[in-house]
Amino acid sequence: MFRYIVRRLLQMVLTFFGATFLVFALTFANQDDPIQALAGERPITENLRQTLMERYHLDEPFLVQYWYYMKGLLTGDFGTSLTGRKIIDMMETAWPITIKLGLMAIIIAATIAVTAGVISGIRRGSIFDNATLVVTLIILSLPIVVLAPLAQLVFGIQLKWFPPTATVNASLFDLLLPALVLGSLVIATELRVTRSAVAENLRSDYVRTARAKGLSRKRVIGVHVLRNSLIPVVTLIGVDIGGLMSGAIVTERIFNVPGVGFNLARGIGTEDGPLVVGFVSILVIIFLVVNLLVDLLYAALDPRIRYE
Amino acid sequence: MLGNRPWKMAVGATAIALLAAGCSGGGSEDSDSEANSVIIGIAEPQHLIPSNTTETGGAQVLNALFTPLVDFDEQSKPVEVAAESITSDDNKVWTVKLKSGYTFHNGEPVTSDSYINAWNYGAYGPNGQGASYFYERIDGYADLQSKDPDGEDGPQKAPEPKAKTLTGLKKVDDTTFTVTLSAPFAGWESVMGYTAFLPLPNAAFSAPGVIADGFEDTIVGNGPFKIKGTWEHDQQIVVEKYADFKGTAAKVDGVNFKIYQDPKAEYADLVAGNLDVQGTIPIESLASAPTDLGDRFQKSPSSSFAFVGFPLFQNEYKDVNVRRALSMAVNRQEMTDQIFLGSQTPATGFVSPAVAGYRPDTCGANCEYNAAEAKKLWDAATTKPQTIKIAYNADGNHKAWVDAMCNQIKASLGVECAGAPEPKFADLLNKVEKKEPVGLIRLGWVMDYPLMENYLGPLYGTGGSSNYYGYSNPTFDNLVKEGSAAATTEEAIAKWQQAEDILAKDMPVIPLRYGQNVYGFSEKVKNVKVDTFTKVDVTTIELAS
Repeated sequence: MFRYIVRRLLQMVLTFFGATFLVFALTFANQDDPIQALAGERPITENLRQTLMERYHLDEPFLVQYWYYMKGLLTGDFGTSLTGRKIIDMMETAWPITIKLGLMAIIIAATIAVTAGVISGIRRGSIFDNATLVVTLIILSLPIVVLAPLAQLVFGIQLKWFPPTATVNASLFDLLLPALVLGSLVIATELRVTRSAVAENLRSDYVRTARAKGLSRKRVIGVHVLRNSLIPVVTLIGVDIGGLMSGAIVTERIFNVPGVGFNLARGIGTEDGPLVVGFVSILVIIFLVVNLLVDLLYAALDPRIRYE
Repeated sequence: MLGNRPWKMAVGATAIALLAAGCSGGGSEDSDSEANSVIIGIAEPQHLIPSNTTETGGAQVLNALFTPLVDFDEQSKPVEVAAESITSDDNKVWTVKLKSGYTFHNGEPVTSDSYINAWNYGAYGPNGQGASYFYERIDGYADLQSKDPDGEDGPQKAPEPKAKTLTGLKKVDDTTFTVTLSAPFAGWESVMGYTAFLPLPNAAFSAPGVIADGFEDTIVGNGPFKIKGTWEHDQQIVVEKYADFKGTAAKVDGVNFKIYQDPKAEYADLVAGNLDVQGTIPIESLASAPTDLGDRFQKSPSSSFAFVGFPLFQNEYKDVNVRRALSMAVNRQEMTDQIFLGSQTPATGFVSPAVAGYRPDTCGANCEYNAAEAKKLWDAATTKPQTIKIAYNADGNHKAWVDAMCNQIKASLGVECAGAPEPKFADLLNKVEKKEPVGLIRLGWVMDYPLMENYLGPLYGTGGSSNYYGYSNPTFDNLVKEGSAAATTEEAIAKWQQAEDILAKDMPVIPLRYGQNVYGFSEKVKNVKVDTFTKVDVTTIELAS
């Protein structure tokens, strides 16, 4: 177990460097003229362009720029954005709110998906099963760019149940609507996967054995079926974290949440290399750690799995 | 392993993490509970140092924190505010006398040095200040710049400039200083109304010519409001009334500039009553704004001017009748009504109505929709493009009107026309600078100071900073120059108007639309004014009851 974790951590270091290099290369390739992008449509004098290009090392070749960046990163310096702000400061305000939003979305989505999935798995063909099928189909077919403004308009402005926007100091309630929208991204697939896993496991031999032993229905479903059905769902949740972070780019913009997605959208718009790479590096780390945790959770859920 | 209820543990752990995250935020609700304050929406400013502030969000905040030397009246004529008088005998040496008694928010008196130091900092090339080109007219500007000997991509660094201070700025006494221009300019007083000409206190500098670390986040000005706390990036900038302010006091005790990345989110907050003023309502929300806001949805003139430039470096567009035909083929009224829902008005000249000296209809018949005449001119022309392309940047909401314009050209002239999107404005500029045949070029302009010259020079002058299409007419250049050198602003305007008349004959661009501020406010406030620079007037706004 311990050796497994160490091996995975070592792999993570390599993946991290590979990923940041790729992201850096991509933003570099996307960069035509960050100085002009920053100024919008305003003309820029030759002198100003020259000064700023030099200040942010934009005049250097790709590998030199990457070297400058990595040198800073390894000493804990994420550099400055093209508007002169320290990226570490931007991260300090952006990460807590996005993590809060992401966790809320995951918990909401997982709770609803697993509960509804188990019920419809047990009562296949019932009204509840068919109703959830229709609802999840509708949610699946609505992209988040439609769903988010729609939810804001209906629940935020017309019904006034929720505030239409949230800020850094938002309470859990302020974030509920964006979290619901974000969670709906993954809720449909999680629900369908839970349902089919439960349906399949209900027919398996160990369930028949458990029933034959005279165990109560509650215990059979609650322990034997649920535990085995959760394995694919847990994998899915781990993978979904990546999806949630990219969904956050849209959700945070629409609900004015100044988090990671908000900063990434801005960084991409102004071709701000250090800003994008800084945030994505942390995203990569989170993604890797979550996947390690998911793999470890397998072992907890399924006693047959052992890591050496 | 982890016991026989491991998922319960997992759920418990996430719940704890969530709670912890929830507790770390929150708890600062009381800070903005000022009774007599208003909330105005802005975009996150890129910078707040006046010489580096070039967008509306920053200018709006500086407007509350600083008092400019001059402001502008309804006719866009300059009016002295922080200056007692601004005079010149020859339009070359300008004497600025300051009103006494003005202090910065930290108690420092505002002196001539406050201006001279701030401007020297802004003009010094290596400081990379976005508005540095405003100081170009001041004597000695060139010595503060340096050229990279082998271009921006070369390995060599630019040498240090020859001088650190502008020779054209001279202190006479604590409240008087002179500005010497490199060439006479009749409109200089108006130029000094721009944010780049605001003063900075000594506290701004940690050493001569170096802005102190963190000053930008707690910026100290000489205006009716002072910053409360610090600039909370991406969230808000809160300002409160400055008690010792010597000018006209504001009617509210504080303003909370709430920062939005997306104007649609800002609009949602305005309608929900969480925001008091939105200076620019996004085009997507214009259709519902009159019903959402009623008479709290208003319009006022702005300085923005939208036009389409002809690629004059291409032979097909060298014939003036081809250009006239294309201009006449466009129904501007239909475009502003159908696509912009009346939020913009059809352009009939080459400068914005926001500047002094604007005359309606200078473009005359050339800007009037006349399909029959357009077709006649088009058919008579010998060298003309086989198909028309209109290049625009895809990230700026231009597709709808470009397509509409193309359909109008198709209908009027019977020639193929298509929009040619480029991902970003910079991509479009790159192609134009390489003189690639991009077709017609979508462009826009917002003024820096309300003079005709601010449109004529950059947009149509030879080598003008925004003259990407390469229009050049020596007679026109001379008239603009003569106007700038004229003895009085009236004489200057007369010359500039003559210059504009030349444009109406040459048609280097198709004038399309004049912008308007379309703004809205909540039931909580009244007397909301948005000026031609799209800034909300923070001194006149007041609470409704």
